[in-house]
Amino acid sequence: MQLGFLVDLHLCMGCKGCEIACKVENEVPLSTWRLRVKYVDVGVFPETKRTFTPLRCNHCENAPCERICPVSALHYLDNGIVNIDKERCIGCAGCVMACPYGAIYIDPETQTADKCTYCAHRVASSMMPACVVACPVEANIFGDLDDPISNISKYIQSNSDVQVRKPEKGTNPHHYYVGGGNVQLNPLASERVEGYSLFNKLTTKMPVGGHH
Amino acid sequence: MVHETLAATHAVVTLDVGLPGIVWPWLVTINMWAKSIGTGVIFMLFYLLKNYPSESGNLRFPTTVVAIVFIHIFLLFTLADLHQPLRMWHIFFYPHWTSAITVGAWMATIFVGLLFALAFFSAEYGKILKKNDAAFDKLLFWTVLLAIPVTLYTAALMSQATARELWQMPTETAQMMLAALLAGSATMILLGKNLSYEAKSSLGVILGLSALAAFIIYQSELVFGPMKAEEVGAVLEYIKGNGEYATMFWIGQFVAYLLPILLITLSRVGRSESILQLAAILALVGLWIVKHVWLIIPQLLPMS
Ligand code: SF4
Ligand code: SF4
Repeated sequence: MQLGFLVDLHLCMGCKGCEIACKVENEVPLSTWRLRVKYVDVGVFPETKRTFTPLRCNHCENAPCERICPVSALHYLDNGIVNIDKERCIGCAGCVMACPYGAIYIDPETQTADKCTYCAHRVASSMMPACVVACPVEANIFGDLDDPISNISKYIQSNSDVQVRKPEKGTNPHHYYVGGGNVQLNPLASERVEGYSLFNKLTTKMPVGGHH
Repeated sequence: MVHETLAATHAVVTLDVGLPGIVWPWLVTINMWAKSIGTGVIFMLFYLLKNYPSESGNLRFPTTVVAIVFIHIFLLFTLADLHQPLRMWHIFFYPHWTSAITVGAWMATIFVGLLFALAFFSAEYGKILKKNDAAFDKLLFWTVLLAIPVTLYTAALMSQATARELWQMPTETAQMMLAALLAGSATMILLGKNLSYEAKSSLGVILGLSALAAFIIYQSELVFGPMKAEEVGAVLEYIKGNGEYATMFWIGQFVAYLLPILLITLSRVGRSESILQLAAILALVGLWIVKHVWLIIPQLLPMS
């Protein structure tokens, strides 16, 4: 079994329901995010378009975070999930430095690394990840990539523009996007102007790395 | 290429979480800097004992002490940088051998053990401790051998940080070795007050050549780095023109490399030991600045 995610960016409407569901399900502390939806505006008024891109851990097949972890706190599960054992983590932040997707952060409450686990605890009980359930337009498709008749496999077979983020890193992500362009998938393809961040004025209990 | 795309699309992030802060801060700079000194002096002691045995014999003990002190500064700051320092023991009980952090921690521990053994063979204290130069020199050979991977493992660790394209180059390995040679020779110039001018001047040559090689590599990366990867190009913008770290980068290049090269040349003309010592101090201060800039700039880039 190899679990994977696919986001159909044609469907995503940027409601951020997945973000909130993830925070509630995993008790993600204030100012930290396992999953977030990034808005990028493209073009010049009146010819503008807003894009929405949910970003989470890619559960890479060749995960640099797992490789650099000195104590195997980051480890593969049999179903392909890259999981984290917070009791084992020593907080060296090597994984934060290694993940090319900025998917890991140091939890300000536990002072250990944290990231999306594809809701491994729910999956173990045969439930879908919280973000999948919350999405009102079923833009998040989750399933077994090894099973040719799973929803995700069929989606990949029937779409020609399936992409992953930063394929040149050789990480082989198990997280795909349909309908994404350079602007959505490449962080260097858009500008960041000061002041358009969520909660960017937070000053207490700031996490290290990841998204804050 | 991305710059053209940016101009064409006018793509602007309009809502997102804030950018990550610095993950590995100045504590890691001190870590690298102190380790360069701790291993570098061992290389230099070996060199002096081979080439100037009569006058460098009494440097066995003080050099070992300096190495022990700086390796402990390195270990202390490594520990201080952990968010869960009390769990450090996990590295020894749950080691993950693909990680350069694990391999480095084990090697550094053995290195510390060898340094204490060297101190034991070089100390003289009443009837309790007796010097044993032959045993010291035999052990020093193995310590030098281990000092090489201890110096280089940080480059392996940095290249395992796949997200930071700037550190992916094999040149980082050369820079780590050059930093150890530079820091080791500079510290030895300051430590070996009783060495002859010839011995000090040969240390000055090592310092000057290491500085020159390191400077050339950094300048090559500045010019050719962007051709390797888009991310490297974006990172190097922080040290070009009005970049956030441009001033600090150039201060580092001048203080660590260019001024010491100039001063060492001057000291050779006038056989001046004080100018040589000034070069050594500048090199040590500048090395910290250079390492810090290189550590911080790839962390400023948004990853997602
Ligand atoms: S996306 Fe980052 S955190 Fe997730 S598996 Fe890949 S390297 Fe690890
Ligand atoms: S911060 Fe924790 S999970 Fe990340 S590499 Fe270090 S020990 Fe492993």
